[in-house]
Amino acid sequence: MAKTLLDKIWDQHLVAPEGPDRPALLYIDLHLIHEVTSPQAFRLLKSRGLNVRRPDLCLATADHSVPSSQAEADGRRTYVDSVAEEQVRLLGQHCAEFNIPYHGLGSEHQGIVHVIGPELGATQPGKTIVCGDSHTSTHGAFGALAFGIGTSEVGHVLASQCLLQRKPKSFAITVNGKLQAGVSAKDLILAIIQKLGMHGGTGYVFEYRGSAIEALSMEERMTVCNMSIEAGARAGLIAPDETTFQYLHGRKMVPQGADWDRAVEKWRQLFSDSDAVFDRELVLNADEIEPMLTYGTNPGMSVGVTHNLPKYPDPNHQKAMAYMGFEKTRALTEEKVDVVFIGSCTNSRISDLRAAAQIFRNRTVAKGVRALVVPGSVAVKKQAESEGLDQVFLAAGAEWREPCCSMCIAMNGDQLQPGELAVSTSNRNFEGRQGKGGRTLLASPQAAAAAAINGRVTDPRLFLEVGHAAATSV
Amino acid sequence: MQPLRQFKAKSVSIPAANIDTDQIIPARFLKVTIKEGLGQHLFSDWRYTSDGQPNPNFVLNQALAEGAQILLAGDNFGCGSSREHAPWALVDYGFRAIVSTSFADIFRNNATKNGLLPIVVSAEVHQDLSQQVGAEWSVDLESCVLRDANGNETPFAIDPFSRTCLLRGQDELDFILSHQTEIKNFERKAS
Ligand code: SF4
Repeated sequence: MAKTLLDKIWDQHLVAPEGPDRPALLYIDLHLIHEVTSPQAFRLLKSRGLNVRRPDLCLATADHSVPSSQAEADGRRTYVDSVAEEQVRLLGQHCAEFNIPYHGLGSEHQGIVHVIGPELGATQPGKTIVCGDSHTSTHGAFGALAFGIGTSEVGHVLASQCLLQRKPKSFAITVNGKLQAGVSAKDLILAIIQKLGMHGGTGYVFEYRGSAIEALSMEERMTVCNMSIEAGARAGLIAPDETTFQYLHGRKMVPQGADWDRAVEKWRQLFSDSDAVFDRELVLNADEIEPMLTYGTNPGMSVGVTHNLPKYPDPNHQKAMAYMGFEKTRALTEEKVDVVFIGSCTNSRISDLRAAAQIFRNRTVAKGVRALVVPGSVAVKKQAESEGLDQVFLAAGAEWREPCCSMCIAMNGDQLQPGELAVSTSNRNFEGRQGKGGRTLLASPQAAAAAAINGRVTDPRLFLEVGHAAATSV
Repeated sequence: MQPLRQFKAKSVSIPAANIDTDQIIPARFLKVTIKEGLGQHLFSDWRYTSDGQPNPNFVLNQALAEGAQILLAGDNFGCGSSREHAPWALVDYGFRAIVSTSFADIFRNNATKNGLLPIVVSAEVHQDLSQQVGAEWSVDLESCVLRDANGNETPFAIDPFSRTCLLRGQDELDFILSHQTEIKNFERKAS
């Protein structure tokens, strides 16, 4: 029978099949771990005298609660408070106790968990990957079935390397055409979430396909898959291809030599059969997508940068507009911006930083705007510095900070003040997500950089010498 | 985990749709390494004013909400992050069931693992229920029925496995660990 990519990966990982009275037991190939959603799971293990079954299939890092400020003269890092510091210390202790590979502060591989997995080559096609973190969907860019789990489930996987799951339904999202100049993968996924709404994907695994998807680099594919969860989907998948193999080749944790060839051979089987049937389908045309920004309090509420804000009578819409203070706003380009955040597991990779730097180069951040650039990992930071991107940001008046989640989640002290408006390359614009009372507009690195330079929401194409942009901007 | 079979309790409503886990418990409270005591931070940004005082306009600070154990909430409850701190906070505060027209996947999974029952009802039933918040409703997980204050009975669906675990107060890990042989066989085949 014809199989979808989801079917193939699912079937290869069944330890015990699903029945009416029980979920399937699924084997997990890679368990990513961070400090926030793991301590209670380790505690559970210890209280029951259990061991970690496969520490070799775990990979841990510290990213949410760690500071983005530089080390003090004596090498110490200053945390936002002792609770955060204790949380990170405890992760290190648990990893040591259970023999789990840990890339904490000071490691050359430290960084946001969804940035370092792919970077190290731990993320591979056909794997099942979980993490106590909803943006685990990022790793689906490699054709891995990757999804977020709760802390109880983190405990289950630690103890058994398995997870109880009902099989999700499949959803093909076909993107034909080609993204236009100045339009990024972030704009594409925002447009998809806008179409589906915040829970149009609930119960499904997305498979992104079509010419516009095939044309994306791995980092762009990660941006797309990263935000699958924002439409409610369990996971996002993209079938692996030459782009995938090229990205992975030679990375630290991938097979080498003859084993590499064998692995690629196996990975080439990972695609949806041409006559496979999906439970749902959506087709869209990339040519029509323009730079997008969110205007409301969930990632489904977005608008093309040249468009006026929609007005709906729906009370949820009204509530969001009231929170954002946009009741009288016609278009986002009217809005003055206080903070620009470039970072997060959605957009903190080297290509994101290059895109932002292209706009920052030889320009200055507008007066009164605080711009933060936070690389996703130590490796990204080093690469950016070797290309001189840090100097571009600093010369423009932006801050160049240490790798972590930073203002994406505002746990480490990097946060908005009440009322401040941010253009952010992260993935969630929920009320208070970036600090209590803060207001978030999600956008691409290009649009965020453009907002930093102009001090207000701006069509990034204006800075990119894209022919038609001047005509369409206000 | 306490077994959950049937109970009768007061209801309260937060009608907003898409209540995300950042609203249920903001991220700054996730630095703790235990799961107890998070009820004090439940809906923190709505519940307290910027100077830390209870916000009198928020329903949980009003007399009618006192002792409520059933929360009637808008569509797509629990969307956003995978933090299990959300059900921990709801349970610690005293909630035992959430009634909505739909739930986000990860939240629903996390809820049942903590003895918190997600009940999905139709938009019509949701509308009827919203007319009688503050009243006592009964939840019967044995027969999968929600009985409102007027005696109307609404059957609800729940994953049979989650239901069994809730009824027995059983945690899923024991069930998983009973598969040792299957897991070993799988690992042998895969290597
Ligand atoms: S960058 Fe943001 S979304 Fe990504 S893992 Fe960190 S907190 Fe979560």
